[in-house]
Amino acid sequence: MEYSKRTSLVAAAGLAVLLTLAGCHKKKEAPPPPAAPAETAPAPQATINANPTTIAPGESSVLTWKTTDATNVSIVGLGQVASSGTQTVQPTQTTSYHLIAQGDGGTADATATVTVATAAAPTPPPTESGIDENAFEQNVKPVFFDYDSYDIRPDAQTTIQADANFLNQHTELKVVIGGYCDERGSTEYNLALGENRANAAKQALVTAGISPDRLRTVSYGKEKQFCTDHTEACWQQNRRAQFTLDQ
Amino acid sequence: MIESPPRKPATLRIFLFLASLVVTASALHAQDWVRTGTNLGVTRIRIAAADFKAGSPDSQTGPLKSAFDQTLYNDLRYAGIFDVVSKSMIPNVMPGSPQEINLPQWKADPSNAAMVAFGTLAVSGGHLSVQGYLYDTTPGTPNPQVLGKQYGDTATADASRMIAHRFADEIIERLGGVPGIAETKIYYVSGHGGDKEIWVMDYDGMNERQLTHLGTISLSPHVSPDNSRVAFSSLGRDGWSIRMYSLDLGRLVSFPQWGDTTLSPAWSSDGNRLAFSSARTGDPEIYVSDASGTGARRLTAFRGPDVSPVWNPKTNAQIAWVSGRTQLPQIYIMDSDGANISRMTDGGYATSPSWSPSGQFLAFAWNRSYGPGAPGGEDIYVMDIASKRWTQLTHDAGANDFPSWSPDSRHIVFQRELNGHTEIWMMLADGTDQQQLTHGGGTNTMPNWSWK
Repeated sequence: MEYSKRTSLVAAAGLAVLLTLAGCHKKKEAPPPPAAPAETAPAPQATINANPTTIAPGESSVLTWKTTDATNVSIVGLGQVASSGTQTVQPTQTTSYHLIAQGDGGTADATATVTVATAAAPTPPPTESGIDENAFEQNVKPVFFDYDSYDIRPDAQTTIQADANFLNQHTELKVVIGGYCDERGSTEYNLALGENRANAAKQALVTAGISPDRLRTVSYGKEKQFCTDHTEACWQQNRRAQFTLDQ
Repeated sequence: MIESPPRKPATLRIFLFLASLVVTASALHAQDWVRTGTNLGVTRIRIAAADFKAGSPDSQTGPLKSAFDQTLYNDLRYAGIFDVVSKSMIPNVMPGSPQEINLPQWKADPSNAAMVAFGTLAVSGGHLSVQGYLYDTTPGTPNPQVLGKQYGDTATADASRMIAHRFADEIIERLGGVPGIAETKIYYVSGHGGDKEIWVMDYDGMNERQLTHLGTISLSPHVSPDNSRVAFSSLGRDGWSIRMYSLDLGRLVSFPQWGDTTLSPAWSSDGNRLAFSSARTGDPEIYVSDASGTGARRLTAFRGPDVSPVWNPKTNAQIAWVSGRTQLPQIYIMDSDGANISRMTDGGYATSPSWSPSGQFLAFAWNRSYGPGAPGGEDIYVMDIASKRWTQLTHDAGANDFPSWSPDSRHIVFQRELNGHTEIWMMLADGTDQQQLTHGGGTNTMPNWSWK
């Protein structure tokens, strides 16, 4: 089991510290804290790209990915995949394919985005009222974050731009931005991190031209989850800023 | 109140325990991990608790006596400074008074007790009365009586347990040098369905009681040093605000609701100030206000999460907190005006600091090899602040978080997630004697030990 292996490594490190302390306990100053246990396994590497990267609705694109030193490879939304391969996808809207490679030496990830050109798609006229929650969520997509990060990823910039376009067409709408975290880590820290995520999404929308008066943030930390499996694919689903109508 | 001379022995003991790690580590290298020893650093006093004598024929006597006997026995066992004689090894007698006790019988094998607690419990007309004694069994002691106490209350099981706690605390203070913790409370969060409310229980897990009924998510309860109020954070329409529950009035009292993800309130030990995290600038930072929530002042100014502040209860001149300014959360210490920031942990994922009443130690949750794909397990650690030397208290037993020191600095309460259930546990400050306090009925998290 990975858990017990890890903990015995930690225990070994702890023991090493204590032995070190025992060896020089007469010194006045405490020795520096120990380095983390050395990883012997090489760190995995992962790349993924899409060809073409922009398609019209109904067209398809081919994903090609490659990983090394990984024991568990998955693409968020597609599930577990071979360590290297290709797959044809036909997204109906702009989609980011997030590749995660887990191995004994750690985790690597990479993202490819297929943009669905929606210029021809009919958009509701700006004067239309009565955008319900459902219609809102179909048009204003969540943005996803890397582990323990609140930086807007390059693939999320595309989402933010599409979200901002919709909000610019519906200037009457106000938005709550919820910040969410995966189930790992500590409750209070995740609430603060969720606030940072919600605020990062807010700033990105403001940069894209949305008035901050229309936007408010609420952190849900790890208190509310979209997906409850204990897998990286599920954790990725939960690391997000979600947009809802402020009613 | 902050510093009483008898506190020192306990601190010294834990110091000895930490120091003893250095000496004993090499002898223990064959084990999976370094065990921290069996006591807090000194020889434990061997003590026996006799079952008390029933002093009345009232039918209530039996149940109240068994509640009393069990509570007294557990209190002495949990105290961490006694070697309590098991019930199966004590003489099969119930001496009710000094005239009825035969001290050599308790001194002899197999009980070998150095001290014996005994007495009488009686119920009459709805009134409970208890006479408790503590005697030294050493032969030839001119005055073997160490304690003789009398207690009265209404005849309920709760009152019977409370009298046992009071008697236990007398024994612990007399023999252990610092006031016991048997009368203290633990505040915590209990989740049922989607809601989380603030609850309180006795330190031994008995007498659980729900305080709030807000129908939302309330977290991070922190009781004021005078036991009059509980500050916590709660999710409302405008996000997270600090709320204040009056234990005197039994209801919420007014407190400024900032919204802006205002989290994790913590009391200074004089009860005059609160430290908390708020994102009113758009970034969670540490603030300090007075106890009524006014005069808030920002202490930190770094991009990234800053949360979970806690005061140095000895001086109120320093604050420890959690910051994500270098990515993964680490424990930091600063002066209570925001100056002299010092990082305490050297990596991994470190959260939830609790500052020992002695001022010398931090307890916190740490996962030293945290990263993407890691299972998220974490353990409780204690660090000596001056040397930054640390020791691990929990091992291979679920994900542990939110440690909180007892007022005697001998115990730590914490939450443990095991097999999908989160419950509240306590242990001695060297990691031994781990006891589960809550049992099912939801999730029980974020314990906070009262100050007295």
